[in-house]
Amino acid sequence: MKDPALPPTATQMPSTWRGFVKALRRVLREPLGALGLVLVVFVLISAIGADWLSPFEPNKIDIRAKLQPPSAEHFLGTDQLGRDIFSRVLVGGQIALKVSLVSIGLALIIGLTLGLIAGYGPRWLDNSLMLLFDSVRSFPTVMFALAVVTLFGPSLTTVMIVVIITQIPIYGRMVRSQTLALRDAEFILAERAMGAGFFRIIGMHILPNVIGPLLILASMDIPFVITIEAGLSFLGMGVRPPTPSWGTILNDGYSYIYNTPWPVIAGGIPVILTTLGFTFLGESLRDVFDPRLRKEI
Amino acid sequence: MWLYFCKRILLAVLIVVVAVSLLYSMMHMVPGDPVKTILGPRASPELQAQIREKMGLNEPLPVQIVKFIGRVAQGDLGEDVFKRKSVNTIVFEQLPHTIYLVLAGIGWAMLVGIPLGCMSAIYRNSIIDRIAGVLSVSCIAIPTFVVALYSVLLFAVTLKWLPAIGAGDGESLGSYINHLILPAFAVGLGWVGYLARLVRASMLEVMSEAHVRTARAFGLPESTIVFKYVLRLAILPTITLIGMGIGILLSSAVFTEIVFARPGIGRLIFDAVTSRNYPVVMGAVLVTTVLFVVSTTIADLVNALVDPRLRPED
Repeated sequence: MKDPALPPTATQMPSTWRGFVKALRRVLREPLGALGLVLVVFVLISAIGADWLSPFEPNKIDIRAKLQPPSAEHFLGTDQLGRDIFSRVLVGGQIALKVSLVSIGLALIIGLTLGLIAGYGPRWLDNSLMLLFDSVRSFPTVMFALAVVTLFGPSLTTVMIVVIITQIPIYGRMVRSQTLALRDAEFILAERAMGAGFFRIIGMHILPNVIGPLLILASMDIPFVITIEAGLSFLGMGVRPPTPSWGTILNDGYSYIYNTPWPVIAGGIPVILTTLGFTFLGESLRDVFDPRLRKEI
Repeated sequence: MWLYFCKRILLAVLIVVVAVSLLYSMMHMVPGDPVKTILGPRASPELQAQIREKMGLNEPLPVQIVKFIGRVAQGDLGEDVFKRKSVNTIVFEQLPHTIYLVLAGIGWAMLVGIPLGCMSAIYRNSIIDRIAGVLSVSCIAIPTFVVALYSVLLFAVTLKWLPAIGAGDGESLGSYINHLILPAFAVGLGWVGYLARLVRASMLEVMSEAHVRTARAFGLPESTIVFKYVLRLAILPTITLIGMGIGILLSSAVFTEIVFARPGIGRLIFDAVTSRNYPVVMGAVLVTTVLFVVSTTIADLVNALVDPRLRPED
């Protein structure tokens, strides 16, 4: 990306540290962007530091202290087994972030490859890949997730498989349309006339132009993936007990909703804060880097 | 025009066929045998063979897929081997509940979201616009099942205004509607945000067009311009959004039906997954998929009909 011979890229992704700082300033100037950034940093720190920050062992059962309201000892109260909800929320955040980063990363790589193939390859391959993408997208996400769970059983891996399969078509489609727009651009034709091979054109010219919008799109998908993980775990189709997850905390809390409201409140707030944070940040990042994307809701 | 219509419908059929084949092959390439999963490890070989024969699992996969698609095309979704009941009956008993829920959800979202978007566009960059913008993003960002849980907690458990569970006593319409309010609220909340944002954006776009400027130059009152010239055009993209959004709506219906213990297709799939009832999972997922494909196709066609600019060149 730092090749000086590169033509100006379609998006203004920061290529230097100064560019990054400048972009960060622009994000911070918007109140919502700043709020988003603060929330995201907050969530990241609490997830990374979960092991040190949690006052109790998240799976430690203490039946005598079950279903307690928030107190100085248990910031968010305890669940039906007397486990400290605050500790479980922290570790649950770690799991949610891990799932979203790993699965979005994998989906990104596969989607990018397939999208490049579809956009640059022969017409028939393009058409069949598009049909495959459309077909995969035609399953309502949660219904598809439930079908996959029937096959592989509920687990963290299943959640990731679901996310990867449903996200690949989105990234693939986007990369394809960008590649199609670029493949006949004059600078690519010139490059080809000078004898550049397939890999040089893809690697040096198309990829740098495609990667910016793709990364923005992917960062905006993080809240979606966190919702899917929490949602499936809430249904008992994701993370297996006793591993804490925001979804399982909500599920446990829901069973005792008539006894105490605290577990449901405590399990829902991190989900809301995280999705809001990533959404606000993603939106302002998009506005800073690529205002054209704004049209594609 | 007709060519485009035919092409679009053909594409929809093709998508459904590929989707069904994917689903079927997925279901039958499970590590381990679906029959063993259904019957448990201790079933006698005779019983296994009998069920396998009944489910048509002895044939090669492509043959099975073609046969399955053939049956589905005739409207036969197979048989629930546990209950010995046709999957059609089971699915179509539950489907109306989900459709009412989705319609009620999107209905109230339109009633609130579209005016909100209009207000934002008319008073753009004002404080109203800012607040509406933040509200819209927040509505979109908060997951349905969290909205559902919090509304149960607030309106059913704490305030006791509305019932939390079920779909009414099945006799009076009033009780059905009473039980529909909270679930519909949960399903629709995100859509208030989607619709408000979309209507705002497309109204601003239309407002900058020449015909609106002309109308203004002729001295027409602002309300006539907004309602007669702007909104009528600006409302069009919402058709696509709702058509495309049926998938999201159906997904959020799953959570809502489970939180509120409502009957419906989401609940059906959930229960079938828990008991590993493959034919019912297949049938129900298939019906929702077809519903989704049909609605996106209709949205595309309606759009092409009302706005010829959107029609791709043939």
